[in-house]
Parts: sequence; structure tokens; C-alpha cells
Amino acid sequence: MIGDLDTFRFEVRDWIEANFPPSLCGLAPLTNPTEATERHESPDYHQWVDAVGAKGWGVPTWPAEYGGAGLSAAHADVLAQEFSRADAFNPIAGLGVMMLGPTVLEFGTEEQKRRHLPPIARNRIRWCQGFSEPGAGSDLASLQTRCEDRGDHWLINGQKIWTSFAHISDWCFCLVRTDTTRKQGGITFVLIDMRTPGVEARPIKLINGASHFCELFLTDVETPKSETLGEVNGGWAVAKRLLQHERTGLSARKATLDLASLARDYVGLDAGGRLRDGDLRQRLLDHLVTDHAFGQTMARRTAMLELGAPNPPALSILKNLGSRVSQDRGDLAVEILGNRSFGWAGEDYSELELGVVHDWLYGKCFSIYGGSQEIQNNITAKQVLGLPDQ
Amino acid sequence: MAAATPEDLEMLGDAGRAWVRERAPVSLLRRVREQHGDLGYDPEIYAEMAAMGWAGMLVPEAYGGHDFGFQGMGRLVEELGRTLTPSPLIASAVGAVSALLLVGSEAQKQQWLPRLASGASVGVLALDEGPHQRAEDLALTASRSGDGWRLNGLKRPVEAGMGADLLIVAARSDGAPGEARGLSLFLCDPAAPGVERHALSQIDSRAAAVVRFDQVALGPGQLLGEADAAQGVLEQILDRARAVVAAEMLGSMQEAFDRTTDYLKTRKQFGRLIGSFQALQHRAVGLAAEIELARSAVYGALAALDAGAEDVPLRVSVAKAVAGRTFNHVAREMIQMHGGIGMTEEHDAGLYLKRAHTADIFGGNVAYHRDRFGKMIGV
Repeated sequence: MIGDLDTFRFEVRDWIEANFPPSLCGLAPLTNPTEATERHESPDYHQWVDAVGAKGWGVPTWPAEYGGAGLSAAHADVLAQEFSRADAFNPIAGLGVMMLGPTVLEFGTEEQKRRHLPPIARNRIRWCQGFSEPGAGSDLASLQTRCEDRGDHWLINGQKIWTSFAHISDWCFCLVRTDTTRKQGGITFVLIDMRTPGVEARPIKLINGASHFCELFLTDVETPKSETLGEVNGGWAVAKRLLQHERTGLSARKATLDLASLARDYVGLDAGGRLRDGDLRQRLLDHLVTDHAFGQTMARRTAMLELGAPNPPALSILKNLGSRVSQDRGDLAVEILGNRSFGWAGEDYSELELGVVHDWLYGKCFSIYGGSQEIQNNITAKQVLGLPDQ
Repeated sequence: MAAATPEDLEMLGDAGRAWVRERAPVSLLRRVREQHGDLGYDPEIYAEMAAMGWAGMLVPEAYGGHDFGFQGMGRLVEELGRTLTPSPLIASAVGAVSALLLVGSEAQKQQWLPRLASGASVGVLALDEGPHQRAEDLALTASRSGDGWRLNGLKRPVEAGMGADLLIVAARSDGAPGEARGLSLFLCDPAAPGVERHALSQIDSRAAAVVRFDQVALGPGQLLGEADAAQGVLEQILDRARAVVAAEMLGSMQEAFDRTTDYLKTRKQFGRLIGSFQALQHRAVGLAAEIELARSAVYGALAALDAGAEDVPLRVSVAKAVAGRTFNHVAREMIQMHGGIGMTEEHDAGLYLKRAHTADIFGGNVAYHRDRFGKMIGV
């Protein structure tokens, strides 16, 4: 087994050396299309996407017939280690890989798997998520988008909101109501081609001046019944599984800003080497200590999952910890910048200053999207702590 | 030091849990308070713990121990912490053992480690003097006298100091209080002429000692490590003890939390279980999240010690700060969520609050470690 892993490791290493364009060294994969840099739009990037996609290494543990490489978790680890060793990265990213793919693997028919998974594995199709509605936020199961049975197809009418990247997505996985007499039990999970007549997406401007969130209008949209994922009226169970994948992704948010160095630059140190603002210093350190412990918690969870250890930290807990740590980081960052955090645009502010401010504003959504902080707390209370309903 | 495997750790945890349930429920603490008020622990119970090899967890096999590492010790102590088990285990088997392992001469190790590992002797660190942990402020003096030394001064509190037959004393052999340099460590027999001690009546019933040193004469062989250069090693010894105390605090906070959620599931008011109220549910969830952070930080510090990692001081300060903050928070909520019954002497909630406070201050409290962390990262 070990010998097998070693052989694989050298195979991967040789392949990366032969295929990874050095111009992409140190780049992060493009997960948010609005953050594309010149390098993300270069021919080298597309070539790298195609090469990794063709090997099935973007989704290494998926079966080969669905575009993966059928690798064991141990082999996938080796692959990730070798990407990292070469300062390379896995370019196959997005909601399709993170959320829909694992759900289709679990609930999809053979035909659905063959149709939808290979394009995700090759980064050919961008997926968006049509869950929330104007009247169904935290109480998601009260959604009203109507889905009528028209023989060989569904007829869908309604409105979705907070649909990330809907305006530039190819397909949407959507929750719709097929039975108005039951709440959770009347929901169906359907896959909608965004080119279908009657589908219209409009971007929403947020407090940071931009966003990838959209309103999505569905007017007499006809969708083949073969695009139903799971049972009719059984969509709630599918959605709950998919949301677990979402929380896995959301809690993994990493620190990108070094607050200690920002504080040294904008606040300065006293003669004893401590930050000049004692009150800020104490709160900054409290945050950094928590951030450190949070990083160790994410690592502990990963290690426990690899070992198959019981009771790893719950995702509903990690999502809230992650958003709290990120929001505190933003709050502290704008305090550290002082009046240099007033900048909305223009040359009078540095790129870093403008970035900090816009990230701080945008970060307020971390505790709202993907199931608000309060909803996560309800989930933890019931499912983790076993506290009673009444 | 050999790192224990996950299976070893699980085994140790199981053994510890089974023994604690049988021999050291919280009623042991109450009994110690009644029957061993001046010692702070039950010597027979400590002998039992030592007989299971627990005092030799960090001692190499050559000196009669098991060399099981900090993660093993931590897992065990976590179980002891669940019931606030009073014992000199951390003071002796972590504090004194670490001092000897780090800077002891071969003769000193031969003399003491087997005795500490078997539980035949109890060794403790005599460090603190003032109200706060500041090694640079130490004032107890060690003056040269012939080829030996004389100690003069006062130590308080000395954890587990009443049962100790070995004191490891941090003393100022050079420089003035306020200077980090000029400190030395000594091995001192508490029965030596000029040493006087009495028990402190403490809220956590652990009966730490006040130890007075009056012209105590020490031979050259009683200097532990290099003269005037103990500052660095003192921090290393303390970091080991701090990490293990943080593990004990982790066990205590988890038990305090478990008992509190159990109460939320059984106590009825307004015709419903109080655990169904969202206000209480969300506070309980907040505590659960804080405990996850503490667990990660504590395990991270213990693993770093086993690996001999460079970032041990950083991880220990994170662990001690998060453990102190969280245990105190959980203990306060334990009382509040229990309501009036939590305020009574008969209920255990108060015992957890008292220990949360003393354990936080041992080895430097939240503020101390937050500041130390800040200095390490340059703010």
C-alpha cells in the first residue's frame, strides 16, 4: 500500500512538472469569478484547467466514469500534497464541485450522473443555487416557487433571491414547491438550464458597492422531469445534505490579512514593543488568540475525519465560529486603519486600504448566508446538544 | 519523548475515566476538604494513582517511568479534571519532573526521578511570591556561602507544597527584582533547618503552602542547572505545567457544561423543560463552541510539546488563555443556569467556579498569556 502511494507520488510529481505552467506558480484557484486576475484569464490558466480536468484530478475521489479519477482518500492526499509542493493548485472549483457534485453522486440517477458530473469535473459548467426566496430566508422550507406537473415537464413560476453568480451561471439547482399541502414534504429539487426561456437574473448591489448575489425570476419555465434530483416531494432531504456540503466550504474561510503587521504599520509600537493603543491591543490579541484556536479546530476536524474518529466538531458550530472570527477581523482592521478606512474609491487610498474596507462591509453577510447564525445555533442546540423542542 | 498513538490515548482516557468514576468522584474533593484540609489531597489516593504509573508518564524508562508523553498525560489529567480530583500529580509529575529532566545533573536525576515516578516522593515548584506571575520580580535570595548557598525569603502559594518532600526553589542569585537575569533553581529539602511552612486555606480546597526560608544552607550539589541563568528554563518548565493544567481545565469545563445541559433537559418551569427556551439554547451553544476552541488549543499545545516544536510557547499561551477564559465562562453559566440550587454549598457548581478561578491564575492568567502571545507576535 505504501509502495503504491510512493509510486503514485512520483507519477504525480513528474506529471505536474511536465504540465504545470510556471507562470501560474503561487496563484489561488478562481472560486469567485469576479475576482479573476490577468493570470486567471491567461491561456496558461485554461490549459492547466483542461489538463487537470482530463486527468480527473480536480475531483480525484469521484469515479472515473463521472469525470473523476477513482482515487482513494490517501491517494487524493498525496495529490494535494504534490500540488502544494510544486506551488501549484487544483483549478477545478466552484459550487458544482463543492456542493452539487457530491449531492448528485448520492442522489442522482445513473443517467444524471453521466450527464452532469463530467462537465463539473472539467470546469465546463458553472452552477448556481436557487434556494432562498424573498419570503423564505431563515425559514427556507416555507418557499413558494410553484412547480406544476405538465405531463412530460415541470412548469415553474416564482422568484429566488441571493442566488450567487446567477447572471453568469449555466445551470441552477433549485428548490420548488410541488405540493402546497405539506411544508417540508412538498418540496422538490430540480436542475434548471439557465438558457431556458423565462429565466432572468439581476445582480443585487450590496453595502460594499458590488456583489455576486442576484435576484432570479422564473416565469413559465419549462424543465424536463428527468432533471428532478431525488424523489418528487423529497427535495428537502436532498437540500439538507447539500447544505452540509455548503457549511463545510463556508467554515473553511482562511485569514488573508495579517492584522499584527497592519497594526504595527498604522498604529505603531511603544518603547516596550507593544502596540501604542492598549485598549485596541487587548482586543486585537483576544481576537488573534481565538483565530489561532479556530485554525487548530479546523485542523483537528480534518485529522479526525481522516482517522474516522467519533464526534468531530459540528459544522453548525464551525460555521458560526468562522463567521465570527472573519467579522471580528474586519472590524479590527477598519479600526486599525483609522480614517484611512473612510475610502470608497480613488487614488488617495491604497489598494490595501480600499480592499480592507470593502471586505469588512461584505463580511457582514457571513453570519447571514448559508443559514444565519441564529439558524445554526438552533441546529446545534437540537442536533448536537440534544436540547428539547418543548 | 515517545508520542502516544491515538489508540494509546483512547486507552488512557478510558482507564482514567473508569478509575475516576470509581475512586475520585467530586465527593472525594469534599472528603479531602474535611479530612485532609492541611494537605489538600488524600495521600492514599495519590499512591493509587502512582501505582497505576501515572506519576511516571513523563519520566524516561531509564529512571523508572513510561515516557508516555504530554498528550498521554493530558488525556489522563482531562479525566481527573472532570471531577476536580485533588492531587499533587501536575505539581510533581509534570512540574518537578520537567525541571529535573531539563536541567538536572545525572546524579540529581538518579536521586529523584525514580522516587517521583513511583509516587514515593512528591516534588513541587516553589516559584510565586507576589500576587501575580512575574518571574522577573522574584526577590527570594540565594547568596553564596562557602562552596554552597543560603536561601532567604518567602514563597506563596506553593501548589501541593504541604505534602512535598522536594522543593524546587526559584531564587535570585544575582541582580535585583525587576531584572529577568540572575535567577537560579535549587533542590531543597523542606525538612532542612530554616525551612518553615504552613497550609493556606484556599477556596479550591487544595491547601497550597506558604514556605519561609531563613538562612537555609544548601550544598553545591543542590543547585539545579546553571547559576544565574534559570530564566529560560523556568519558562520551559512552566510551559509544560501550564499545558497540562490547561488539559485539566478542559476536563473540568466539559464536565461543568455536561452537567448544565443535563439540567436544562430535566428542569421544568412554566410547564416546559427550560432547555427548550431559545435564549438558554443559544447560550449553551455558545459555550459548546468555546469549548471546541479550548479543546483544539489544548491538544495543539500538548502535541507541540511531544513533537518538540519551536512554537511551544506560543501554543501554550494560546491554550492557557483560551482555557482560562472558557472555564471561567462555563463555570459562571453553570451557576446562572442552575439558578438558586447552583448557589448552594450542597451543589457542585460552586466547586467548579472556585477551581476555574485558581486554575486560571496558576501559571499566569488570561491577561498574562494574551500579553505574552502579543510579545511573541510583535504587537
